[in-house]
Amino acid sequence: MSTVPDTTTKIRFAGDGTAFDVTGVQWIINPWDELSLTRALQLKEESNGAIEKVTVISVGLKETEPVIRKALAIGADEAIRIDTAPLDAYFVAKQIAGSIKDDGFDIVLCGIDSSDYNGSLVGGMLAEFLGIPSVSSISALNIENGEVSVNREIDGGKEVLSVELPFVAIIQKGVALEPRIPSMRGIMMARKKPLNVKAPVEADSLTEMISFEQLPAKAACKMVEEDNVKELVDLLHSEAKVI
Amino acid sequence: MDFELTEIQQMIRETVRDFAEREIKPVAHDLDEKAEFSEEITKKMGELGLFGMNLPEKYGGQDLDTLSYIIAVEELARIDSSQAATLAAHNSLGIGPLFYFGSEEQKMKYLPPLCTGEALWGFGLTEANAGSDSRGTKTVVKLENGEWIINGSKIFITNGSADISVGSTVQAVSGDHDGKKEFSCVIVEKGTPGFKTVSMHGKMMWRASDTGELYFDDCRVPEENLLGKVGQGSKIMLSTLDNGRLSIAAMGLGLAQGAFELALQYANERKQFGKPIIKFQVNAFKLADMATKIELARTLLYKACWLKDIGKPFAKEAAMSKLYCSEIAREVADEAVQLHGGYGLMKDYEIERFYRDQRLLQIGEGTSEIQRLVISRYIGC
Ligand SMILES: Cc1cc2nc3c(=O)[nH]c(=O)nc-3n(C[C@H](O)[C@H](O)[C@H](O)COP(=O)(O)OP(=O)(O)OC[C@H]3O[C@@H](n4cnc5c(N)ncnc54)[C@H](O)[C@@H]3O)c2cc1C
Repeated sequence: MSTVPDTTTKIRFAGDGTAFDVTGVQWIINPWDELSLTRALQLKEESNGAIEKVTVISVGLKETEPVIRKALAIGADEAIRIDTAPLDAYFVAKQIAGSIKDDGFDIVLCGIDSSDYNGSLVGGMLAEFLGIPSVSSISALNIENGEVSVNREIDGGKEVLSVELPFVAIIQKGVALEPRIPSMRGIMMARKKPLNVKAPVEADSLTEMISFEQLPAKAACKMVEEDNVKELVDLLHSEAKVI
Repeated sequence: MDFELTEIQQMIRETVRDFAEREIKPVAHDLDEKAEFSEEITKKMGELGLFGMNLPEKYGGQDLDTLSYIIAVEELARIDSSQAATLAAHNSLGIGPLFYFGSEEQKMKYLPPLCTGEALWGFGLTEANAGSDSRGTKTVVKLENGEWIINGSKIFITNGSADISVGSTVQAVSGDHDGKKEFSCVIVEKGTPGFKTVSMHGKMMWRASDTGELYFDDCRVPEENLLGKVGQGSKIMLSTLDNGRLSIAAMGLGLAQGAFELALQYANERKQFGKPIIKFQVNAFKLADMATKIELARTLLYKACWLKDIGKPFAKEAAMSKLYCSEIAREVADEAVQLHGGYGLMKDYEIERFYRDQRLLQIGEGTSEIQRLVISRYIGC
């Protein structure tokens, strides 16, 4: 699970455009990870005890703990925070693999990307480091009589696969309708759930940020009455100079 | 001094904000338009755990502090006053007196279902001829053969007459000692013979909140339905109103915050004379004044909550918060409409509803004049 800036954050850059400026940013659970968590909890509830627990794992410094607590409030049973800044996808995948490789798990759910850097890399790399399969772009994840099946959105249609455990499920839209809102009771209980802090493993980061740039400001929009074709053509000709 | 919210309070704010934006905002306009009370939203607020937030777990509550609850009311009112009213009235006026003055049996019997959002409870104080002057109460109650017999009527009772309203706490005259009236509170359940409720229609504000009249015609309830002791009615009422004032204040604060945000957004988008109207200093200054008032209101209200949470007297600060938050709600909503120009007067724009909804806040649970009366007594006038 990654911690990302709220989607309404005004993006600014620091360090001469080489880093994201985090001052005043409100942090949230990465939306895809929130959907993944929601689906994981649903599967656990439907499993009649067959699924033992849902653990969230996040690579980040102490400041990310309120966001991890929120995942616990939503219903995760326990959390692991690997105590280091998430440098890049390779580094993060190494950390997660290092942390969970000896733990028993059946499915690792992760979002298709994080809404900040949109790398879409961690899930695939993680599966590789763990030596298990991964399935990407999953829009449905179901378990029936112990059989796991997933849907993938493909060009012009849908693919249904049956999967063997363990595997990495790379989640996109559709897997759950809406993320869950924690209840007051969940918020209170989250305080008592374990949030284990682990030391990072030795790993490199393979990425160096050279520069970030803002999108150009949107050009002003001019509205033309729907039946005023002449004005539209004139504007396209004289102002926009496209015809 | 530490103004930082706890991690839990912060999470509650985010959670209730999320809920209000996702579940209430899309339907608020329609419910207001149709003047329709929503059982569905009430139930969802229950599932979220917003009813009985301050109660111990054994009564179905969440054991949260006052400030957490106030933040929840504030966040609902930022989106829709009607739903905030249902919550605030039920917690402060419905659940509050039962919890603070009920016997253990009464608490175990009434409170758990009232924390679910599937059942509501009213607090019947106001009468047609006894508003600000509650000593003018005419409803009478007398004990006869192990039963309390109630006669009279109540008006403007929030959550008193919805389909899911299961009863009310009623204040009535239980005796007269040399011209000095004695008041007591009794618990009246829905379905008791002689007890009738009628929903009131045609409100200009809080249109999706339930407001009812209660009628008692030789209504008999068992002796054990007395709340607290005989003659404790005034005490119960005063203590209930002290708490209620905090939540009405939270409604003013939340409404002002919501109105401010609407105005800020609109002023950024609306262009006249070739630029967004927010670029005219007169408008920017309006927004600066609104933001300042809201900040002041929040600081005052949170301080009152803090006093209550650490067990210190808070009644004066509660009255001040109620007065100030409700008055700035009016000022902020009024300027927010001004910034919207003609569109601010149209039902298609949310600010129109905010402008109507704020008007109750200077009247309900003690008018602004009565708050000033209360404050002036505390400061030795
Ligand atoms: C939507 C809604 C919900 C409500 N919910 C409840 C509820 O759940 N339970 C309940 O018991 N009541 C409820 N009320 C009633 C509310 O508390 C009363 O309306 C309020 O206390 C004022 O009483 P009144 O309307 O009779 O006005 P009045 O008391 O008649 O006041 C009229 C005016 O005279 C002024 N005034 C009165 N006395 C003085 C004085 N001594 N000095 C200076 N000015 C004075 C007032 O400030 C006001 O401006 C609700 C009302 C509304 C509109």
